[in-house]
Amino acid sequence: MSESGAHATLDLRGVMCPINFVKTKLKLEMMSPGEVLEVILDSGEPIQNVPKSIKEEGHRIIEVKKEGDFFRLKVEKG
Amino acid sequence: MTDHFIQDKTTKVTVNLEGAEQKMDFNDLKSGGFIKQRQKDLFTVRLRCPGGKLTTEKLIEISKIAHKYSKKGVVHFSFRQSLEILYVDYKEFNAIVAELEKIGQKVASCGPRVRVPTACGGCEYNPNGLTDTQKMAEMVDKTFFGTPTPHKFKTSFSGCPIDCARTKEMDLGFQGVVDPKWEEEACTGCTICAEACKEGAIESDPDTGKPIFDPLKCIWCGDCIRACPTEAWRPKRYGHIVRIGGKHGRHPMEAVEVCSFLPDEKVADAIRLTIEWYNANGKRGERIGNTLKRVGLDNYLKFMEPVFQNNETVKA
Ligand code: HEM
Ligand code: HEM
Ligand code: SF4
Ligand code: SF4
Ligand code: SF4
Repeated sequence: MSESGAHATLDLRGVMCPINFVKTKLKLEMMSPGEVLEVILDSGEPIQNVPKSIKEEGHRIIEVKKEGDFFRLKVEKG
Repeated sequence: MTDHFIQDKTTKVTVNLEGAEQKMDFNDLKSGGFIKQRQKDLFTVRLRCPGGKLTTEKLIEISKIAHKYSKKGVVHFSFRQSLEILYVDYKEFNAIVAELEKIGQKVASCGPRVRVPTACGGCEYNPNGLTDTQKMAEMVDKTFFGTPTPHKFKTSFSGCPIDCARTKEMDLGFQGVVDPKWEEEACTGCTICAEACKEGAIESDPDTGKPIFDPLKCIWCGDCIRACPTEAWRPKRYGHIVRIGGKHGRHPMEAVEVCSFLPDEKVADAIRLTIEWYNANGKRGERIGNTLKRVGLDNYLKFMEPVFQNNETVKA
């Protein structure tokens, strides 16, 4: 576990929809339920779409931090 | 609806069907979804596929029939989602209809009556969908298909404000909406909803990050509800925006919104009453949009009060 409290981090800045979500999904699939993935997303389309898709797949977003024009999300695998 | 139908005046012909002489009246065919092609003796047979949906089983059977009767072996997807079998010889009408009937496939209607309803995927499988458009289209098809009206009467159902089923150009259109409700306790001030709202209806409080909602800008799409990580935004109620008087064709008209948040269970009443009003007020060959212009929207709204009242916003 890193200092951020996450088991893994995915920096998806500059990665377009829906590839950013697919990468998130694949990473989560390799993790165990309850583990936390940190995802970094651009504002605009990525932050409009990825969180709802994460929810639809049954995972939980437990923390969101806005840092400039990107977002740092902590996702707990469902 | 007659100009590109049969040009000559003699509509009664005698044809040889399955060895027996039979009289066919082309005027009867007009209500049956048979459209004359430019090729001699050949017609398009338009099927009735409400909401553009078919089971794969039925599609396989339709394919076999189309393969047998289409002289060129082609079908076409009509602009209102129904499948058309092209290049069918009129002498084989009875045979093709009988075969279609056997698999439970009906033929569409033409002329001055309620047409096959169109619909998008809606909430059954589309991620944006807020209403069960397919179920609604099925209901309309069962209850109102073919009902005589002064001119054609087209309905459609879109599941959300993206409006893929183009309710703004229907005689009567229903578009799904959701009323978002915010609960402060659950909100963490993450600002995602403000990012997710494409209408500028949500701004983030500069200090807390919590949403400041502007109902005048909201188009009731539910993006905020789907995006919120903590369920602080929740659906308060679902419904349909009702639009009337739209049409396409040579002289397009945009439908006007006459009701927002009409619940599912009132949709059939809204259609029934609208048809009643249209039949009482419309002139032969006049689309309902033009009837509304002539008779006045207020007259219609007064008539519709029993259904539309308590469902808010009547924008003219
Ligand atoms: C492979 C085919 C298609 C795909 C993948 C597709 C995809 C989409 C998507 C993603 C949207 C939402 C756009 C948005 O977020 O604003 C949309 C909107 C729409 N689509 Fe399609 N579509 C397809 C075919 C069609 C066809 C064939 C029609 C009409 C005959 C159609 C009519 C519409 C309309 C009217 C809208 C609303 C557009 C607007 O926002 O102004 N689409 N479509
Ligand atoms: C025998 C059957 C039919 C005939 C003879 C026929 C004839 C016509 C004619 C003459 C027009 C032009 C009207 C105008 O431009 O003012 C028209 C328009 C149109 N027809 Fe048909 N039609 C038939 C069936 C259908 C069916 C079954 C559908 C849909 C399922 C359909 C969809 C349309 C559409 C979308 C337009 C554009 C005009 C509008 O929406 O106002 N037609 N048709
Ligand atoms: S209108 Fe909305 S629900 Fe229907 S297909 Fe389009 S995006 Fe999906
Ligand atoms: S329902 Fe749609 S338009 Fe209204 S606030 Fe939510 S995201 Fe914005
Ligand atoms: S997305 Fe949800 S938690 Fe985040 S600010 Fe909006 S209402 Fe609050």
